[in-house]
Amino acid sequence: MAIPVFEPWNDPQAKPLIQFRNVTKRFGDFTAIDDLTIDIYEREFFALLGPSGCGKTTMMRMLAGFENPTEGKIFLAGQDIAPVPPNKRAVNMMFQSYALFPHLSVWENIAFGLKREGMPRNEINTRVEEMLRLTRLEKFARRKPHQISGGQRQRVALARSLAKAPKLLLLDEPLGALDRKLREETQFELMDIQEKTGTTFVIVTHDQEEAMTVASRVAVMDNGRVMQVATPADIYEAPNSVYVADFIGDVNLIEGPVTAIGDGTYALNWREGAAPLTAKSQNTFSDGQTAHLAIRPEKVTISAEKPEGVANAVQGKVLDIAYLGNLSTYHVELPTGDIIKAQTANTRRISRRAFTWEDTVWLSWTATGGVLLVD
Amino acid sequence: MRRLLLIAIPYVWLAALFLVPFAIVLKISLSDAAIAMPPYMPQFDWTEGIGAFLGELDFENFTFLIEDSLYWKSYLSSLQIATTSMLLTLLVGYPIAYGMARAPEEWRPTLMMLVILPFWTSFLIRVYAWKGILANEGFLNQFLMWTGIVSDPLQILNTTTAVYIGIVYTYLPFMILPIYAALDRMDDSLIEAAEDLGCSRMSAFWLVTVPLSKSGIIAGCFLVFIPAMGEFVIPSLLGGSDTLMIGKVLWEEFFSNRDWPVASAVAVILLMILVVPIVLFQRNQQKEQEADQ
Repeated sequence: MAIPVFEPWNDPQAKPLIQFRNVTKRFGDFTAIDDLTIDIYEREFFALLGPSGCGKTTMMRMLAGFENPTEGKIFLAGQDIAPVPPNKRAVNMMFQSYALFPHLSVWENIAFGLKREGMPRNEINTRVEEMLRLTRLEKFARRKPHQISGGQRQRVALARSLAKAPKLLLLDEPLGALDRKLREETQFELMDIQEKTGTTFVIVTHDQEEAMTVASRVAVMDNGRVMQVATPADIYEAPNSVYVADFIGDVNLIEGPVTAIGDGTYALNWREGAAPLTAKSQNTFSDGQTAHLAIRPEKVTISAEKPEGVANAVQGKVLDIAYLGNLSTYHVELPTGDIIKAQTANTRRISRRAFTWEDTVWLSWTATGGVLLVD
Repeated sequence: MRRLLLIAIPYVWLAALFLVPFAIVLKISLSDAAIAMPPYMPQFDWTEGIGAFLGELDFENFTFLIEDSLYWKSYLSSLQIATTSMLLTLLVGYPIAYGMARAPEEWRPTLMMLVILPFWTSFLIRVYAWKGILANEGFLNQFLMWTGIVSDPLQILNTTTAVYIGIVYTYLPFMILPIYAALDRMDDSLIEAAEDLGCSRMSAFWLVTVPLSKSGIIAGCFLVFIPAMGEFVIPSLLGGSDTLMIGKVLWEEFFSNRDWPVASAVAVILLMILVVPIVLFQRNQQKEQEADQ
């Protein structure tokens, strides 16, 4: 039995839960969000990814109701939310600082929103217990926030924001304060909880690994604009711009004019006198147009002998080796002075490494290994 | 040894400046008034020995204080005036502290300066200035008559109202500063979190801001209540003859009646009354320090 694929963004019938329509937000003469249009679907785990100051937090604060758009409209389930104050929105937020009430116990923190709704006492009890179970905090219910660890506080913040069963949960850099190991565990916990509750999550992060791990789709932002919205795999494998290719992960960028050689294949004349590189591309280019070939280091194969029957092969000298434990990245200097990074998995122990500094090596990759991007 | 010395310094300080004077006052309160220099008996005499000296001390003055209704009425009236002016100061001070904590960062030093600025002038001069404002032909009455709100000058000076005004004015900074400190420490996102969870602005204030500034409120209240209880200058300059305050009574016993033993007894009882709020205040400060760690 095939599991139905969760891809509402490809379904023209699907109604988005959140719609940003030409939203612009200015603070004085600073434009934080610039004419942004985006759809987010129900049950999605949507990540807003970008460097600090790119407008991702402003977007989230507009969803929560702490800021209103200068221009454009935001719809939540088809309803314009601009006139709805934050305390009346079916949206809850998990704050970057967690914003736990220091004078209340864990239990009272989680119950806070439910009490404001005027929920009957026994229903509050059941709901809080449920949230405590979900976030595995039963033992800490009576403690005050300053008596628990950072990871536990993070879970209290999550439980508190989920308690009211919001249509949409906003997470502002939720894992920023946790150390790496705990962060990775918590990422999976978050995904698990998102799946169990079926709530739509929008997460703001500057950590691309985090966005790639948890999100169903990622929006890469820069300077108040959305550069690309796609699944993590597409963002990584098929970036639509040099900015996205460069922002996500490691990449080799080779620039030059292209000529079509038929069948969607182009020759990239990257250096005077060097053999042109060939690359297949979905995008069409006119002859002589400047393009960037973006190729990930792990798609570049490194070998001692010139490989046979490959689309692209260049020779160079190992300049540097970055040893990352599981992987090694080789910085190879070509005769032209360009440096190309190639990555291999360290399947053997380091003492048996095939290449070392100053070795002459061949780098090769297939025509479909990289993507051609317009300037 | 060094540690012992460090610990000893505050204790020596306390002993020299509090315990010894207190012992002297306590001793005087147990003595009898006399027309002599100093005006009380007995004086310690090496030839008679300590036993005879202690034998002459008694609680006569304290019995007198209980029997004469003037004294306990003064204590009660002081308690009432101190409590009321403490609440009034809180009512005026909290919004000011709140406004300061919410003001843009670059404004805060200026606002802080404005709160502290009155301390640069003598306290006595400032209270005298209020006489000029509150008098029948003073600025306030002139202004009220000029605007036509009243046709005859209001009698404010020499009433208990003037005492309240004086105390609230004088002790306002002591209320503002601890509350401001508590509010300033508060994370703004807590209010946003409260609103996000369904609070209106008003209920977020009562459910989050007020509880989190509680330690500042308590500190401010004690800092106003404790000195206001024994206040002497304000009631004697601004208050009327019907304003009963124990500080004034104390002063009159000492300087008008020259009855040092009774005055000392008044002071000892006042101190005993104030020990309760002082201990509570210390506990509050300690709790706050523990919460900060």
